[in-house]
Amino acid sequence: MAAISRDEVANLARLARITMSDAELDHLAGEMDVILGAVARVQEVAGADVPATSHPLAVNNVSREDVVTPSLTPAETLSGAPASEDQRFKVPQILGEE
Amino acid sequence: MSIRDNAWAMAHALEKKEISAVELANQHYEQIASVDKDVHAFLYLDKEGALSQAKEVDKKRAAGEKLSPLAGVPLALKDVMTQKGVPTTCGSKMLEGWRPPYDSTVVTKLKSAGIVILGKTNMDEFAMGSSTENSAFGPTHNPWDLTRIPGGSGGGSSASLAAFEAPLAIGTDTGGSIRQPAAVTGTVGVKPTYGGVSRYGLVAFSSSLDQAGPCARTVLDAALLHQVIAGFDPKDSTSINRAVPDVVAAAKKKDIKGMKIGVVKQLAGDGYQKGVENKFKEAVAELVKLGAEIIEVSCPNFEYALAAYYLIAPSECSSNLARFDSMRFGLRIGDDGVKGAEEVMNLTRQAGFGREVKRRIILGTYALSSGYYDAYYGSAQKVRTLIKRDFDAAFEKCDVLISPTAPTTAFKIGEKSNDPLAMYLNDIATIPVNMAGIGGMSLPCGLAEEDNLPVGFQIMSPAMKDDRMYLVGGALEAALLSKWGKPILDFAPKLAGSK
Repeated sequence: MAAISRDEVANLARLARITMSDAELDHLAGEMDVILGAVARVQEVAGADVPATSHPLAVNNVSREDVVTPSLTPAETLSGAPASEDQRFKVPQILGEE
Repeated sequence: MSIRDNAWAMAHALEKKEISAVELANQHYEQIASVDKDVHAFLYLDKEGALSQAKEVDKKRAAGEKLSPLAGVPLALKDVMTQKGVPTTCGSKMLEGWRPPYDSTVVTKLKSAGIVILGKTNMDEFAMGSSTENSAFGPTHNPWDLTRIPGGSGGGSSASLAAFEAPLAIGTDTGGSIRQPAAVTGTVGVKPTYGGVSRYGLVAFSSSLDQAGPCARTVLDAALLHQVIAGFDPKDSTSINRAVPDVVAAAKKKDIKGMKIGVVKQLAGDGYQKGVENKFKEAVAELVKLGAEIIEVSCPNFEYALAAYYLIAPSECSSNLARFDSMRFGLRIGDDGVKGAEEVMNLTRQAGFGREVKRRIILGTYALSSGYYDAYYGSAQKVRTLIKRDFDAAFEKCDVLISPTAPTTAFKIGEKSNDPLAMYLNDIATIPVNMAGIGGMSLPCGLAEEDNLPVGFQIMSPAMKDDRMYLVGGALEAALLSKWGKPILDFAPKLAGSK
């Protein structure tokens, strides 16, 4: 049995906000099945007593004095925006009509 | 003075005013004009910016100002680091045409050292790949054989060095993207200790693994560049606030008598090309001649490193690449005034990301989704702990560890591009280093007898002991140079039009 179905891949693509064609989904479902088959072996080795490592070297909380430091100007911040207006990012509508 | 010289020699010639920084930059641009149509190491050349930087260095030198050791030496920058006003694409259509409004910390440090940034180099899209074939702007070709890959993801940087288009380059290494390209092009590449070089302005792929580092043609050149870019940066919360080890002194020392060097048992055998293993063994024999003690060490959990990496890196990537949502920068597709933000986002990500990036985002989204999190991402993080423990135990017995850098020499372009798992195996020997956050270097150790292509030798050193890999690397490089009689790149066929 496949580790992952085409429908599951389609759902993941929806969650990841990537439109995919039927051909892309077919292809990716096959590849994902092979890759998951290969990486599933991580489950074989570590028991419940082994702690997880999220970061390679221990870092403590890093904080600094709350002082104003130079930062980008609004014009610089908006310089790469696909669209902007009145010193703001201009985006497509985020709510439906009604 | 020739463009085939190393950066250290160029720095000397500049200091003695035998050549100006402007002339040196121009000589490299001439070489790029001659060979880059075949190599395709560069995505963008910033001739105007580089020459004005070079002019500035020349002016300061003429005025008798004290300059940093590499002032006026040219460099190629991997297109994953931001440079203010200069296009930064990460090899992706998603960022085509984007000009960042700020410099990465690495670039700030390069500029203040007077290093002349020639342009941006090609890479696998968002640094995901081992061949540079995943670049949205076409592959880079290996200067040793133009039908072969230059490694990846930093294939543009390694190829620019091997093609004498630049004497120095910057790479980034998440699972081997500095070291494997160095291995297959006969150049030197170093992944510093995680946190040793700031990640500010490095476009994130997998934040707990990504590390920028120096690429060069010699160990000393890499050390000189390492010294420039390393150090604490308050803008990177994982930056290490400690003194940078003296890597330059270590690279010059060349005395490894009595050092304990561990050969990792698991990084050999099945899947390793015969010629790679032979050259590795010959280099180990040189280390013995130099007075080092060789010890075999076992790191049993390395066997699981690749599997854990291909869960952790995609998981972090699926989260990091969520920022490419078409709202604030980069590509936007389908914004016709009717479609909503979510649809525009979906269409943009469909058009902007290539196959490998989509594959990893989907894999990461799966590994992080509820119901699968513990089995996949959680287990992978535990494996990471086991790999760290293996390294800790090995470093109890040894000063450094060694292995081949990559299991094979450069393969043909197209050979593995339809088989993701075969491609992932290229990183089998480099990945453990990233998982544990320690330092890793690759330097050339000869040409494989089957194909006459360069073989990489990997040296791994404990966290913040980066000087040790430079010490061993510098000594081995000198021994091999006297054995060969000339630098390894002098054995490479000459590119058409090359100086």
